[in-house]
Amino acid sequence: MSIDRKLVTKNAYRITKIRNKTALRVRVPGGHLEAKYFQIIQEVAEKYGDGTVHLTTRQGFECPGIDFDQIPQINKMIRPLIESLGLDVDYGDGGYPAAGTRNISACIGNRVCPYANDDTTRIANSLEKAVYPHDFHFKIAVTGCPNDCIKAHMQDFGIICLTEPQYDSKRCITCEACVDNCKKKVTGALSVKNFNIERDIEKCIGCGECILKCPAGAWTRSEEKYYRMVIMGRTGKKNPRLAMPFIKWATEEEITQIIKNTYGFVERYIDTSLPKEHIGYIVDRMGYQVFKKEVLEGITLNPKALVAEHIQWHGYHYKTDMQFNHEGL
Amino acid sequence: MGYELTQQEMKAYFKTLTKQYRLVGPIREKAKGSFSDTDKIVYGVFEDIEDLVLEEKAFYSPKEFLMPIRETLFHFIDGQIVEPKIDTKPILIFARPCDLNGIRRLDTIFLKNGDIKDAYYERRRQLVKYVMIECREGFDTCFCVSMGSNTYTDYEAAIRFEGDHSLLEVVDSTLVTQDLSRVRKTDFVPEYIKENKVKVEIPPTDKVNKSLFEHPLWKEYTRRCIACGRCNTSCITCSCFTMQDVEVSDDGLLDERRRVWASCHIKGYTDMAGGHGFRKQNGERMRFKTMHKINDYHKRFGEHMCVGCGRCDDVCPEYISFSKCINKLSEIIKEESHE
Repeated sequence: MSIDRKLVTKNAYRITKIRNKTALRVRVPGGHLEAKYFQIIQEVAEKYGDGTVHLTTRQGFECPGIDFDQIPQINKMIRPLIESLGLDVDYGDGGYPAAGTRNISACIGNRVCPYANDDTTRIANSLEKAVYPHDFHFKIAVTGCPNDCIKAHMQDFGIICLTEPQYDSKRCITCEACVDNCKKKVTGALSVKNFNIERDIEKCIGCGECILKCPAGAWTRSEEKYYRMVIMGRTGKKNPRLAMPFIKWATEEEITQIIKNTYGFVERYIDTSLPKEHIGYIVDRMGYQVFKKEVLEGITLNPKALVAEHIQWHGYHYKTDMQFNHEGL
Repeated sequence: MGYELTQQEMKAYFKTLTKQYRLVGPIREKAKGSFSDTDKIVYGVFEDIEDLVLEEKAFYSPKEFLMPIRETLFHFIDGQIVEPKIDTKPILIFARPCDLNGIRRLDTIFLKNGDIKDAYYERRRQLVKYVMIECREGFDTCFCVSMGSNTYTDYEAAIRFEGDHSLLEVVDSTLVTQDLSRVRKTDFVPEYIKENKVKVEIPPTDKVNKSLFEHPLWKEYTRRCIACGRCNTSCITCSCFTMQDVEVSDDGLLDERRRVWASCHIKGYTDMAGGHGFRKQNGERMRFKTMHKINDYHKRFGEHMCVGCGRCDDVCPEYISFSKCINKLSEIIKEESHE
């Protein structure tokens, strides 16, 4: 059998361990899908696949057990799914135009969750339009609040939705519900001074807990929504690590532009001798300062935005960090 | 006298009223809900009749216009006492019968509870007139009929909103403006809701005794209630307050004494020196509130404090229903008297 492996992979079909069998990966930005599309996924799985569907780690679907020669028919079938992404270009019956930039995952967000500071599904969809189709291997996730249920800290770009709490002392009854909660659950950014609540803006992470706890409406949400972006978290075989904060109190426009600019950064510095190079390793090689300078190029940040001066990523290196002993002897 | 007004006539009439009055009613605060991208319906000052929100119940009651959340009583300035001036423009409160009955409870607490009237309350109360919003349907959690607070007659005006026109009854002649001379007269008498979805049975006051204090019912609320205090802050009749003496200047020459809402479900309530507190368990707080709303107040003033507006149900994050609690209590008392 002859197939163009690279084209097939780009088309969102993967090479599997079973010779001549592939699997289709369905993008579901934000992990939120109109139920009507299940029918298509079911049909692909039952008609062309092995009758099963895998829920992927990035909130997409994967239909395994497909014969490579069925790809054209399947691509026709999944056209409505691709159209549902709302991209500018009509890709017709060609199937997915790229697979490198992974499905943008998101927690359930403020359509359902009381803690969420924004509609993560909407943001995921909007980011999808901004970055897809692109074939660089980017992992992006959006989480509604600093609880980070989607694990934004394991992504190349983790977006954490924030609100800037607004305090109206005229409505405050000094019950300290916000202060106690912030101390126990968050960073202890609030304190009482002269019966008023003071918010330490250095410590405040914009989670909005104080707003949720206030029984008198003294704390409300800022009109503007803000985001903290954590970057270059990863798993992998070299140096698993959590993403670190790059920018906080940024706007949606700013974070979108940063991600878009990063594609240019990768274009310039990617090691083309490798089949693919994850962006975190490129940043490791080029240095954070180069990354910072280039991805912020041309962006006029809002006055509240704060950018990390340096970033020291933690995690561990498989190669050097492990000290293991035989304890069973 | 009754009038029928088109939307345009209403707008004109209320525009005239704003010259003389601050109009206060349930309005929508965009994106000011606790949860993101949600609005909050609150009592606030409005100018256009279209700003009134009638399809949802306000999260808070209108009580903050009579007893502000924080009210500076006076300043100490180098040995002198100065009372800050308040806005003396009269207020027209647009509220349903339950809330107007609720304000009557506030009147009782602040003006008829012993010989001394609360001057700070009274000075605001004197500014207030009512436009009763006719309420014939109620909301899911209302139980005003059971509390006898579904009707109210001591209003200055009453209004029925009916799509593109409204019916208005004006009792207070000072509210009859030139605008009304041009509109159609009609016989309008407001109607009242006759039955709520929620009904409560209040236990007879003479059957409530201290033996109930130890009932497991309250333990259930110790488990469920998180003492967030929303039931108190949203309640039209909760009127407890505490005092705050605020040092404004470092040299101690300038200080402020204010009173601030306090409530049985909120930290610090009736706490004493040495950290002693009367009701440490949340269930005990629930018991205290329940007894006050449907028993103790009645013993003192001859009617129940609770008006059945149901806001405490609406706002409880733990889905504790006060009407359900009252009914449970009634059941317990019935069972015990059968034994």
